[in-house]
Amino acid sequence: MSWIEVGELSEIPRLGSRVVRLPGGDVAVFRTGDDRVFALRDACPHRGGPLSQGIVHGHRVTCPLHNWVIELETGEAAGPDTGCTAGYAVKVQQGRVWLNVEPARDSQSGEACLQRVASA
Amino acid sequence: MSAVMEQRRPRLVLVGNGMAGVRTLEELLKLEPDKYEITVFGAEPYGNYNRILLSPVLSAEKTLDEIMLNDEQWYQDNGIRLCKGRKVVKVDRKARRVMADDGTEMGYDRLILATGSDPFIIPVPGHDLDGVVTFRDIHDVIAMLEAARTRKRAVVIGGGLLGLEAANGLLSQGMEVTVVHLMDSLMERQLDTAAAALLQQSLEQKGLRFLMAHQTEAILGDGRVQGVRFKDGSEVAADLVVMAVGIRPNTALAKEMGLYCERGVLVNDTMQTYDPSIYAVGECVQHRGQTYGLVAPLWEQAKVCANHLAEYGIARYEGSLTSTKLKVTGIDLFSAGDFTGDETCDELVFKDAARGVYKKLVLKDGRIRGAVLYGDTLDGPWYFQLMRDATPVDDMRQGLLFGQAHVGDSGHGSEAERVASLPDSAEICGCNGVCKGTILKAIGEKKLFTLEEVRAHTKASASCGSCTGLVESLLASAVGGDYSEAPAKKPVCACTVHSHDELREAIPRLGLKTIPEVMQALDWKNPDGCHVCRPALNFYLLCAWPGEYVDDGRSRFINERVHANIQKDGTYSVVPRIWGGVTTPAELRAIADVAEKFAVPTVKITGGQRIDLLGVKKEDLPAMWGDLNRAGFVSGHAYGKSLRTVKTCVGSEWCRFGTQDSTGMGIRLEQMTWGSWTPHKFKMAVSGCPRNCAEATIKDFGVVAVDSGWELHVGGNGGVKLRGTDFLCKVSTPEEVEEYCGAFMQLYREEARYLERTAPWIERVGLSHVKQHIVEDAEGRKRLHARFLASQVEAQVDPWAERAQGKEAHEFIPIKPVALKEVTP
Ligand code: SRM
Ligand SMILES: Cc1cc2nc3c(=O)[nH]c(=O)nc-3n(C[C@H](O)[C@H](O)[C@H](O)COP(=O)(O)OP(=O)(O)OC[C@H]3O[C@@H](n4cnc5c(N)ncnc54)[C@H](O)[C@@H]3O)c2cc1C
Ligand code: SF4
Ligand code: FES
Repeated sequence: MSWIEVGELSEIPRLGSRVVRLPGGDVAVFRTGDDRVFALRDACPHRGGPLSQGIVHGHRVTCPLHNWVIELETGEAAGPDTGCTAGYAVKVQQGRVWLNVEPARDSQSGEACLQRVASA
Repeated sequence: MSAVMEQRRPRLVLVGNGMAGVRTLEELLKLEPDKYEITVFGAEPYGNYNRILLSPVLSAEKTLDEIMLNDEQWYQDNGIRLCKGRKVVKVDRKARRVMADDGTEMGYDRLILATGSDPFIIPVPGHDLDGVVTFRDIHDVIAMLEAARTRKRAVVIGGGLLGLEAANGLLSQGMEVTVVHLMDSLMERQLDTAAAALLQQSLEQKGLRFLMAHQTEAILGDGRVQGVRFKDGSEVAADLVVMAVGIRPNTALAKEMGLYCERGVLVNDTMQTYDPSIYAVGECVQHRGQTYGLVAPLWEQAKVCANHLAEYGIARYEGSLTSTKLKVTGIDLFSAGDFTGDETCDELVFKDAARGVYKKLVLKDGRIRGAVLYGDTLDGPWYFQLMRDATPVDDMRQGLLFGQAHVGDSGHGSEAERVASLPDSAEICGCNGVCKGTILKAIGEKKLFTLEEVRAHTKASASCGSCTGLVESLLASAVGGDYSEAPAKKPVCACTVHSHDELREAIPRLGLKTIPEVMQALDWKNPDGCHVCRPALNFYLLCAWPGEYVDDGRSRFINERVHANIQKDGTYSVVPRIWGGVTTPAELRAIADVAEKFAVPTVKITGGQRIDLLGVKKEDLPAMWGDLNRAGFVSGHAYGKSLRTVKTCVGSEWCRFGTQDSTGMGIRLEQMTWGSWTPHKFKMAVSGCPRNCAEATIKDFGVVAVDSGWELHVGGNGGVKLRGTDFLCKVSTPEEVEEYCGAFMQLYREEARYLERTAPWIERVGLSHVKQHIVEDAEGRKRLHARFLASQVEAQVDPWAERAQGKEAHEFIPIKPVALKEVTP
């Protein structure tokens, strides 16, 4: 129901990301070195830095503002920092990327994280 | 099949629940938390504690609870079986089993020996009387505290580090304390006689008594100690005798199982003993002929050992240099390396007996070989660093004894000394707003030992770094002695064991041409590295293979990737290049037009003589750059580790004092050097006379015009740590200024570590090194300059123009803007 097609996988650079501009705010769609795709709200749990602009390494991204490292899978900050940002489900079908515009509530970055982001 | 695999994880047994052994486990858990089934045997009936802090416990400055590092919960949480109070007495290496004194037996696949040292007991008559103790563990401290409550007179045998800390502790517990020392000078292995005399004087003022050059012949008493008799026949009364005359590596168990030992258990660079399934770390080992009695080397050993247990197989331990401090409140003492020297060495000595300050540096071949500081030890870590890096110090010789202070700490002045007396609410890190109490709390609760750990947990000193000294002092006061000694060789980041210098050297030697090639050849631990190593590698490759290496935008920080500075709200700033700070009405008009067209919220004159357009939306950048290009502007690289600005003053063209055309010279230099990538940002200035209105003497490369030509200055820095330039030389023509400038920049590009500015680089390699290549070796200078110009051919392409024409368009626009109706079904 809430899946939208956002473009070709090849439009996202490897070890990079692109932004999907939703009415409620930007979502960053990342492509890792092993061609996995992840999506997070484009706001760092620290002070809202745009994660889409960070350096991607492994399944992580380093925020461009103060170098927090965020797990792409869960949206959580790597220790010792604490905090998380909402994750979105993504899938790749026939080379095209699909995004579920409802933030994932079942993942580890579920409800609590959503609320924190919403209230920030 | 997989079920079988699962139930039989290899078994790892640690013998010795002390500082080195448990640290090894902690390092291992970071790398491979689930690899082994771990069992720990410890002869002491406790979890793991910070042995260093036994001294402050004895002097009542800390409690036993405060020095616990890992309580039993920690072992449980990490699935480690702790057999405390159980001493391993036998190891059957064939059957791979250990046996403890209570009969417990345990098989192992890998064994770590970390049995520490035994205090040496002088085998004189009476050494086993009641009331004769050593100073090694909690048990000893409890015995001493007990004695202090009920008895009066203590004799400490041994005037070394441990003896003095014990004596000081007993004194604070209210005992009358006499220190007996065999030599006529205290701490003779760390101090020269001058410093030792000052030390003895201060300790006497505190109330300690000394019997120097006294050799103990017998401990007197009947059942319980009553006194000590010396070789010369004299006697002293005592209710407590502390033997602190030295330690010996505890090799008893190793010998029992037939492992090769000399003074300690012999290990190789991977911390393996002669039996490949047995590792050893800590004070019990002997490595390359050395044994150690301080924790800093143990931390390094622990890292290496864990690396091999995790089967990463790349780390090597190559030995450590150590330094010493004495943990007696009110006494500042620092000692490192060879402090006596010989006829081939020079000694620099400073003495101010009235202030109780003494400093001595031993130099050999222009490098520091040893240091003794008494009374003012603030610069100890600095000297130690210079010593370890073998930095040539001839150029700083004049001011060396006065310390690093002339470099100054902006925002903190010389407060470092006073850090101990600051209130908990005092702000230590101005960038991140972290105060003293927060740091101390984190050190205590999170068991932090190193500067890196404090940075990670509190953010203190993680930004500009100017408070590093303060944080180190806090660490020292909280965890004792040698907390933070960075390893001799510092890996670039957690992805590799290699240092910056090793990478720089390996890239051309092994002909490595891409980031993946480097990572493959040098055994990177994480497949695509991290935000620390990738930008460094990208620069090193760019520098090693000019024209050939294809820049990897994904390995650059956002500012360099999109050629604009990111701001706190995710917008960007745009700073066009304004050559030498000179502009025209037409240019100003064009900037004004652009600012209006793109509704730029803030237009600001920068500290670098140009104009900053702040708050630009990312999508607008290419179009804005296109407009600026059409008006003749190129990127100002205000975002890059690259040439920034060349500030100038008006010079001879207008100024009544001007001796040369400084403005024109600045523009020439900027035109030659713009677009170049450097290890860190690079700033220049040209002043028209020694009044120096362009502030050339705090720039990476500064030029000051004089009547007869141009003075060249290098290595200045106006940022976090103010540093005035060093004078390089004087030249006569503008062409020479260009040649020296290009050569200097190239030398810096080829030699400095990534993110090291010219100021720390010059302090590390020495000004003479730079002079040698730039001033003395004319041919070499010309070659450096030529290499610089060659690399500029590719570099001087305006990144803005390329992007205004559509390059990397994906960087600037969303992959998909989604309208509201598309997401509301
Ligand atoms: C814009 C400007 C302030 C201003 O409004 O005047 C500025 C702004 C920043 N400076 Fe600066 N510095 C500016 C002149 C300076 C100067 C003065 C100078 O160049 O004459 C200094 C001291 C001189 C020096 O560098 O030796 C200066 C010392 C620093 C430092 C400390 C560097 C050091 O080695 O200690 C940093 C931090 C760093 O680079 O890691 C820094 C970092 C920054 C950053 C890049 C912070 C950041 O990482 O985001 C700021 C970017 C703001 C932006 O987006 O534009 N800025 N900064 C100045 C730009 C000049 C230009 O035209 O390019
Ligand atoms: C009072 C004091 C002050 C100090 N101050 C400083 C300082 O300021 N700076 C500094 O750098 N260093 C200092 N040190 C030295 C530092 O504490 C040691 O270098 C460090 O603790 C050595 O670690 P280790 O693991 O090798 O040995 P230990 O920490 O001694 O651990 C060895 C453990 O193994 C146990 N063990 C031995 N044999 C067996 C066996 N067969 N079975 C089971 N367990 C066994 C022992 O009981 C002990 O608990 C100080 C030491 C003391 C005693
Ligand atoms: S512009 Fe420079 S001094 Fe000002 S806040 Fe930013 S980094 Fe600090
Ligand atoms: S906003 Fe991301 S690290 Fe600060």
